[in-house]
Amino acid sequence: MAESIKDKVAVIGVGCTNFGELWDRSVSDLIVDATFEAVEDAGIELKDIDAAWIGHWCETSGMTGLGLSGTLGLQYKPVTRVENACATGSDCLRNAAYAVACGVYDKVLVVGAEKLKDMGIAGLPNQVPLGTPNLVTAISAPGLFAMMATSYFHRYGLSPQEGKRMLSHIPVKSHHNGAMNPKAHFRREVTLEQVINSPIIAWPLGIFDCCGTSDGAAAAVLVRASEAKKFRPDPVYIKALQICANPADGARRNDCDFTHIEATYRAGQAAYKEAGIKNPRKEISMAEVHDCFSINEAIVMEDLQFSARGKVKDDLESGFFTLNGSLPVQASGGLKCFGHPVAATGLRMLYEMCKQLQGKSGQRQVKNPKLGLTQNMGGHPADNVVSCVIVGL
Amino acid sequence: MLGITSYGAYIPLHRLSRTELFRAWAGIGMLGMSVPGEKAVASYDEDSVTMAVEAVIDCMRGVDPKKVDGLFFASTTYPYSEKQSSAIVSAAVDLRREVRIADFAGSLRAGTIAMTSAIDALKADSVNNIVVTASDARLGAPSGLMEQGFGDGAAALLLGRDNVIANILGSYTIYDEFSGVWRAQTDTFVRSWEDRMVLDTGYSVILPEAINGVMDKCGLKAKDFTRIVYDSPLDVRAHIRLTKTLGFPPERVQDTMFMNLGNTGTAQAMMMLIAALEEAKEGDKILFASYGNGADAFVLEVTKEIEKVRERRGIKAHLASKRMLTNYETYLRWRGLIPMEPAQRPELTPTSISALRRDRKAILPLYGVKCKKCGTPEYRPPAWAGGRAPARICVICQAKDQFESYKFSDKKGKLFNFTHDYIATTPDPPATNIIIDFDGGGRGMFDFTDRDPDTVAVGMSVEMTFRKLFFDRGIHNYYWKARPVRI
Repeated sequence: MAESIKDKVAVIGVGCTNFGELWDRSVSDLIVDATFEAVEDAGIELKDIDAAWIGHWCETSGMTGLGLSGTLGLQYKPVTRVENACATGSDCLRNAAYAVACGVYDKVLVVGAEKLKDMGIAGLPNQVPLGTPNLVTAISAPGLFAMMATSYFHRYGLSPQEGKRMLSHIPVKSHHNGAMNPKAHFRREVTLEQVINSPIIAWPLGIFDCCGTSDGAAAAVLVRASEAKKFRPDPVYIKALQICANPADGARRNDCDFTHIEATYRAGQAAYKEAGIKNPRKEISMAEVHDCFSINEAIVMEDLQFSARGKVKDDLESGFFTLNGSLPVQASGGLKCFGHPVAATGLRMLYEMCKQLQGKSGQRQVKNPKLGLTQNMGGHPADNVVSCVIVGL
Repeated sequence: MLGITSYGAYIPLHRLSRTELFRAWAGIGMLGMSVPGEKAVASYDEDSVTMAVEAVIDCMRGVDPKKVDGLFFASTTYPYSEKQSSAIVSAAVDLRREVRIADFAGSLRAGTIAMTSAIDALKADSVNNIVVTASDARLGAPSGLMEQGFGDGAAALLLGRDNVIANILGSYTIYDEFSGVWRAQTDTFVRSWEDRMVLDTGYSVILPEAINGVMDKCGLKAKDFTRIVYDSPLDVRAHIRLTKTLGFPPERVQDTMFMNLGNTGTAQAMMMLIAALEEAKEGDKILFASYGNGADAFVLEVTKEIEKVRERRGIKAHLASKRMLTNYETYLRWRGLIPMEPAQRPELTPTSISALRRDRKAILPLYGVKCKKCGTPEYRPPAWAGGRAPARICVICQAKDQFESYKFSDKKGKLFNFTHDYIATTPDPPATNIIIDFDGGGRGMFDFTDRDPDTVAVGMSVEMTFRKLFFDRGIHNYYWKARPVRI
């Protein structure tokens, strides 16, 4: 009988650079800064690390484990590069946590680092692998997610105006939180009307429905749960750690509805079971989810059962997910405002949850959080890999 | 007897008004005269190959492609100097491997030269039937009369012995070295000698020679023909003058479609013939001729079988189905005639010939699979996620290698969802991408072309159309797109 990861692994230190267009900092600078913040937060030294995992999505950020060992001068330690699209950071955490849980390492380091802004163009690099036929001429990441908004609006009978208004609550809330976050990429508030009227990127999504593409890195140090209190009084324990890849069937099967993401739903269900959660809407204190595009956050709220199917509009309008609401989502500002350096994002979400649980989030502090959830998605509505992590004190 | 057994045509959706050309150039090169009418303009993703595919599909309605014995293609605007375009067309329309194909080129009468060769192949019993298609998208240099006059289009005729709709009673052919209109391999635009000389020495004497030749050969006089179909040079007045010279009643002479289509080069004569066949009745005698480095002339007699091939888009329906380009700049952009600022987007993955070869059945005739175990039709996994086509494992029931082939190119479908992508790189922004649920099952994501962004809606009916996705390092990447059901 397979065992659960629940309460076997603890996070004893986290680090995160500021995210943004960091023209003067290389990926190595980002790795050094995130790593040393995490190591110092854990109260250990770099030489104490037994093994490490480094996440890069894009080849401009690095290849192999050498990007980490070379930058940090790690002395002949096992280092693995992990890549799982935008869920890379969470998958680094998962691989490292399992290694700690099985007892072969005492202290491990996970780092996600991405340098997206050195390409000379906005957006993400081309994602069609060499040696495969290029069959769709032109579609951007916003375009792929916009198709989900089209389906959602159609299914629930929302006019484009009603649909856009519903979605606009999401970036308004995230910008409000992000404006208070010194490490966030975008630090200004926006109004509902600004979001609704922002230039269209991929109909029906406007520019404020889309997250930033950023440079940045995040890191964490993990130990076995039984050892954690030796390092600090308030370690954060992993309660659930789930990831699943869909069979790339969204654009193949007629029954994929594009109004939910099955992998998000299943990762959520598995995480709730692992953590022993019966009513996520009530039991989860806060969440950092994959709001690469506003429509995805809306649908994630339903897939994670924070909102009933087709009813996220009510919760968005009532402010259920705002900082003072019953279930604050994106207290950090989310991908939308904190930014989205692909491989760093999953660990950046973990960083925010740890700081919130430890009561160190200042103006953005969520009141008495018990359990924090991160949901991190790689790919797009048709083809994706989704992680769901639950942590608590 | 042998003759024509089916016909089909293709005219692009878009038209450009000659008034707009006059406006764009303020009359420069037009002697201050605004030529009336409009021309058909191939979309940015169309060329002679894609239009030929459309015409052949129209011609082969109700015909099993596996029972076609050959395909002859005629054009002066092949996408490749070295690579056979008839092979691309044959693969797209799903002909068997063991058929004879050829590209006929170099002359505006390449279409009728191909017809003559097809007739000979039928007479020799080398084939039971053969498709002849002609397609052209010629360029006149900006601001010139040729730019005003040329239109884009394609025609296809199926020739054979069974269910003949128009018997071919006789033919006559002559060659002549003289052209007066030419384009060197390094030229983008058609060139011409002074047209008075070109017409007086060429068209106006050589075409009548062939027409008189076939009438003499068949023992027929001008009055014996119900319909007279012969193509026109750029200056349609020469066409009208020839009617008088030959003594044909003008009302029996087939319209050149200069006003609503333009001069379609190699395709012109065959497109005019198809327009004539659309109106023809049993017993009609048609004189059909084409000019270009000599001339070909044919005598046709229509049979009662013609009533059985009326379900075609042909000329009339395609002419009626149109959308005006609102400005000349769009035309320039689509033809690649002006340098554009490069999009601030990542470069496409380099085209892989080996990937195109491996996936050829999925790419050119658009085959997917149908699972023998669970019965589900499935197109293909995405390129970035195990993108081998077709799949070897059923995504529904996980059965391995238990598929039969299943063609999607001939299926219609419903638009499941869409986006208009304003940042994706395309010559016709926004890039409209859709997911289709095919009638009978199966789903795929495709470019949506020939659409009016304002009328794209979930649930609308769509059909597939063969198009050029992009040009990369000398390789034209052909594939299928979706479009709103055209007619």
